[in-house]
Amino acid sequence: MPKDPSIKKVLVIGSGPIIIGQAAEFDYSGTQACRALKSEGIEVVLVNSNPATIMTDPNIADRVYVEPMTVEILERIIEKEKPDSILPNLGGQMGLNLAMELYRNGYLEKAGVRLLGCKPDTIDRAEDRQLFKDTMEKLGEPVIPSKVVESLDDALDFAKVIGYPVIVRPAFTMGGTGGGICDDEESLREIGTNGLRLSPIHQVLIEKCIAGWKEIEYEVMRDGKGNVITVCNMENFDPVGVHTGDSIVVAPSQTLSDKEYQMLRTSALNIITELGIEGGCNCQFALKPDSFEYAVIEVNPRVSRSSALASKATGYPIAKVATKIAIGYSLDEIPNDVTGQTCACFEPALDYCVVKFPKWPFDKFVYAKKDLGTQMMATGEVMAIASSFEHAMMKAVSSIELGLETMTLPELESLPDEEIVQRLHRCDSDRSFTVYEAIKRGVSFDVIYDITKIDKWFLSKLKKLADTELALKNGGLTEELYRKAKKQGFMDKTILRLCGLNELPFEKSVAGFKMVDTCAAEFSAKTPYFYSSFDEENEAAEFIAAHPTDKKKVLVFGSGPIRIGQGIEFDYCSVHSVWALKKLGYETIIVNNNPETVSTDFDVADKLYFEPLTAEDVQNIVEQEHPDGAVVQFGGQTAIKLAKALTDMGVPILGTSSDGVDAAEDRERFDEILNQCRIPRAKGRTVFTTEEALQAANEIGYPVLVRPSYVLGGQGMEIAYNDRNISDFMRIINRTVQEHPILIDKYLMGREVEVDGVFDGEDILIPGIMEHIERAGVHSGDSISVYPTIHVEDKHKETILRYTRDLAKALGVIGLINIQFIIYDDEVYVIEVNPRSSRTIPYISKVTGVPIIDLATKVMVGQKLKDLGYGTGIYREADYYAVKMPVFSFEKLTDVDTGLGPEMKSTGEVLGIAESFPQALLKAFKGANMRVPKKGGRIIITVKDEDKQEIVGIARGFADMGIEILATAGTCKVLQDAGVPCTQVARVSEAHPNISDMIASGTIDLVINTPTKGRRHDTDGFKIRRATVEHSVGCVTAIDTARAMLTVREQSRSADLRPIDVTTI
Amino acid sequence: MKAYLVLANGMVFEGENFGAAGTSVGEVVFNTGMVGYEETLTDPSYYGQIITQTYPLVGNYGVNGEDAESCRIHAFGYIVREVCDAPSNFRCKETLDAFLKQQNIIGLQGVDTRRLTRIIRESGVMNGALTTEYDSAEAALADAALMERIRAYAVTDAVDSVTVDHEETYHEEGEFHVALMDFGYKRNILRSLVQRGCKVTLVPGRTTAQRLKELNVDGIMLSNGPGDPAENVQIIENLKDILAMNKPVFGICLGHQLTALAMGAKTAKLKYGHRGVNQPVTDFAKNRTFITSQNHGYAVVADTVDTSIAEVSHVNANDGTVEGVRYKNMPCFTVQFHPEACGGPRDTAYLFDEFVSMMKGGH
Repeated sequence: MPKDPSIKKVLVIGSGPIIIGQAAEFDYSGTQACRALKSEGIEVVLVNSNPATIMTDPNIADRVYVEPMTVEILERIIEKEKPDSILPNLGGQMGLNLAMELYRNGYLEKAGVRLLGCKPDTIDRAEDRQLFKDTMEKLGEPVIPSKVVESLDDALDFAKVIGYPVIVRPAFTMGGTGGGICDDEESLREIGTNGLRLSPIHQVLIEKCIAGWKEIEYEVMRDGKGNVITVCNMENFDPVGVHTGDSIVVAPSQTLSDKEYQMLRTSALNIITELGIEGGCNCQFALKPDSFEYAVIEVNPRVSRSSALASKATGYPIAKVATKIAIGYSLDEIPNDVTGQTCACFEPALDYCVVKFPKWPFDKFVYAKKDLGTQMMATGEVMAIASSFEHAMMKAVSSIELGLETMTLPELESLPDEEIVQRLHRCDSDRSFTVYEAIKRGVSFDVIYDITKIDKWFLSKLKKLADTELALKNGGLTEELYRKAKKQGFMDKTILRLCGLNELPFEKSVAGFKMVDTCAAEFSAKTPYFYSSFDEENEAAEFIAAHPTDKKKVLVFGSGPIRIGQGIEFDYCSVHSVWALKKLGYETIIVNNNPETVSTDFDVADKLYFEPLTAEDVQNIVEQEHPDGAVVQFGGQTAIKLAKALTDMGVPILGTSSDGVDAAEDRERFDEILNQCRIPRAKGRTVFTTEEALQAANEIGYPVLVRPSYVLGGQGMEIAYNDRNISDFMRIINRTVQEHPILIDKYLMGREVEVDGVFDGEDILIPGIMEHIERAGVHSGDSISVYPTIHVEDKHKETILRYTRDLAKALGVIGLINIQFIIYDDEVYVIEVNPRSSRTIPYISKVTGVPIIDLATKVMVGQKLKDLGYGTGIYREADYYAVKMPVFSFEKLTDVDTGLGPEMKSTGEVLGIAESFPQALLKAFKGANMRVPKKGGRIIITVKDEDKQEIVGIARGFADMGIEILATAGTCKVLQDAGVPCTQVARVSEAHPNISDMIASGTIDLVINTPTKGRRHDTDGFKIRRATVEHSVGCVTAIDTARAMLTVREQSRSADLRPIDVTTI
Repeated sequence: MKAYLVLANGMVFEGENFGAAGTSVGEVVFNTGMVGYEETLTDPSYYGQIITQTYPLVGNYGVNGEDAESCRIHAFGYIVREVCDAPSNFRCKETLDAFLKQQNIIGLQGVDTRRLTRIIRESGVMNGALTTEYDSAEAALADAALMERIRAYAVTDAVDSVTVDHEETYHEEGEFHVALMDFGYKRNILRSLVQRGCKVTLVPGRTTAQRLKELNVDGIMLSNGPGDPAENVQIIENLKDILAMNKPVFGICLGHQLTALAMGAKTAKLKYGHRGVNQPVTDFAKNRTFITSQNHGYAVVADTVDTSIAEVSHVNANDGTVEGVRYKNMPCFTVQFHPEACGGPRDTAYLFDEFVSMMKGGH
């Protein structure tokens, strides 16, 4: 079955902002889909509210709408573009849900648009709990005893029948949002109520808990002819009970015999066949460890995080193949791009072991509960490929950027044995490390297994690592031990540290590289996709010898796992740099460890090394490739950190040197530069100890900003108002060993402005100046950012231009520079300079039309801005307003304070583009799913004393728009005194019905609450803010955000929103 | 203890011994399946061969005895990158090391199996020896007698070495009576027939048409087996008579090749064969491509199939080699792959149903 000729114009729906459970993997799959469609001559219309994605680039789709992903906006886009089909199953749950809504409301039929790749009844049968159960029963596939309920009483009744513990799984939510394991009636009341609320159809599944069974996944594909294959199976290190997104996962499965493997494989094929999916599908199974009993846990009728992982783990491009199937091809008609001589209708054979390790935000949210359960917590993940499980695990651990080189978690080492065994009961993000520590202490496998149900195969592998680590630590270093440790993945630096040596007494082991080829070497492969191993054979060397080139080689680094503060935008930058370098005639080599990204697609760069981003791993690649240069400024802090090591290896850094990076980060050097350039900044000091910090803070005068240097996303950054705050923060910061000093700065509360610039050594180009809605004190990544600026005077723009140029020159920047300024008392201050890419680059590139990364890359290789066609100075302002709005994942993170401050908390962003600022703001609010209260709505206001006068005008504005105002005593009094009609509500601690009851009642549209100082979790404010999250009520925690909402209410209308194709900007 | 793989081309792989010690000469082949090593080792089709497993971690779930496809290991040696010393699975009875020791089969671990695989892929299947009897690679290479043994090795009398020596009947009460001609059958062929309600009489590979008539069978199953198909001159002759009985015949692997030879087609040796569980096979009649389990070094040559009496019904979607033949004037079909799976996908088990339907039609 060749391509369906009637498909000419396809609408691809992306997945929206990055949130926990829906991350970069959908940019990868969506980008692959768009490229596959375009290569077939099909016109692609793309919708995605997330401007940081590669898929929203003008060169990926023909028409690009960075618009709120709502049914009404999609309908307007369809009316305008008139696509003949929609491809809904590559944009995660978001894309699928939207397509289903368009189908259900009859719009698709009316507009004559057909759904490709999946049928609505397929989606219902996979996602609607009862239909799914019925389908499985019809197939004879076992499911866990469960019942779909729509009320808490029914849930409680059924739990009585099947017995506790039970699991709550809300229908139609992503990443298991709102679900959980309930051990008793009380917890079912809490989790059940929550789950019912979060389900868009008010439905949850109550299920018998089978915690402790093995969790196994299969990635399955099917075409229109009915051909079915499994691309990969995976086994979770953690048994059922931990969300697979939060579990360490290995591919392929390790503890299954052929009988179990085929039993589950056959089941997965039967399921995809019965559902009639044409494309990819993920089947999750629970397998009883002591019998052949199994149960189907879940089926995702679309590409997913697991399919991205499976694609990278095998070299099989699931999203691309799924797209080709959707437009009519059958699997046996699609070539296997890796071998070039076989077809996509086969099952990859791996000859290596893959380990995926989650990246959790708990290093950032130190107060958050680290417990893992059925609701995903991880923001990202790393993948490692090696010839043994041990080596892959070691690579994974050094990739997750927790400062670990082995599985030893320093804070566990000092605990007594009993405490370690006790901690095994905690199913939290440290558990694999706790298990490792227990093994090192000699706790028996039986004890560990009984508590954790982690298969003894994994335990025995961890023991091999533990034995080596202990042998290195306690005995002398023999050559035999050294070679063994290297094969297991211990780095030289780790071996030396453990042995207490300064240098190796014998020749070091040299890494070689093997190829990921989909077929275990059965056929020769064309794609240079490598991982390291310590074998004699070296396929990278062979490949280099067989492909001589005159081109200069450049190493480009990715940014590692997605985390808060370092997200998908850096992958955008790395990928664009690769493309720019390729166009300039360079051979590009990318190094990264994140399986979710576009950068690790094997056909992006000329070569891909899937390796940890440590100096030692990079050195192995450098010794292999002898690159002519390296690019570090696009891969976020992860890549920047490699600059010095690369320089030491003799690899020229293209663009800003490592010394320039250091000058920007080193407090004293930077102060010196500011002095030279006559640029003011807030007073500050660098300190190491709490005593020094207290002294500095008192000299500067409170309030002060406290933060470690060399961090991203304001990690560990706080505003301190008194000595107690300082002591508190210093204790937390120093929990992880700080190589660099801690900065204490005077906190200035002014208007924050941000620029990205490209500097070529002489001239600067600033594509756009952005203004933050929230005043300084809210992290730039969490504030609403507006381009072009609204309140910045021309004289200040001139100052900003001069400062940016002078700083870039003084720091020796070649390429990108990102600077945050504060305008305070009619004076421009510099807050922070980053001589690297920033999270605003993708969006500014799209709204200004200036290809920033392309220009920066050209400048890095010696070209001059004046020759590049975009001029110098501040680029002319666009005709549109663009509002970038942060998006948070607070629903997934219990115990995290939603109040905004200097530490970044958002996981993603959306963009609103319109002809006027209020319209752009409205789009952004819609995109971020923040509902602006309407006439007849009700809001609760409760603000700290400092904000009480300022809130009056905002409250009056809302009241004038016909919105009812409620407030707690203090705020209420101020409002009433000012003549704003307002009703008082009782505080959290007061008698019912109080403010918490109001929030729970579902009658409140918005809460405006500004947090008081500190990180304490027992305040009323914290409880109110968490209550809004638990009950899906909008909550604004900064006065400026509240004002922005009022602006929207007063000056914009949904009906006027017009979709804008950014390719026409 | 150190062990070596000495290849006919003079290359040596040094590693650690597991299983039995000694020296064993055979044809070195690779298998790409990631699970199913117990089935692979006990598959009689591997008679005369030293198997390299491309998946690096082998023995993870131990050996349980239930998954054996025959009563013993037929392979002549086993090469893995890393053998698991602490297997974990509820059915595990012993380690792979213990199993090889008990079966007196030499194992070699700790070698770069990907490198070895790539050598075989580029040079073709090659003879070699697994040995623990030398102190160094040089010493092994210097032993002219060993090198001569390696060079001279050929898999011969393979079927006679693995076939049963007497008849045995299973599932007496079965509806259809099938003669399973044992050229080196895998147990799951027998199980697949029994499960479908057949009475099965296992008969030696050299059984004649005369004997099958005496048994009064409803259908004949030609099993898989080892070695060069063309070597089985007598069996091919017998098959001509057996096919002339006009009873439903279903051939698998060697059974498929022998049928083709009996009907005048030719077979040829493949460079490095198909051994794994991920081979795509297109079934023209169904217009579908199935993932199959395979283990063969020879294939039927497509243009030697007489299209007046037969048609190629299945081909390999990767390299276009013949994977199945359907005969026009007799109730006979044969496939190169393994619908009985074990190990591997069960996606083509429907062929057993077709065989049973054929017998039904004949009643």
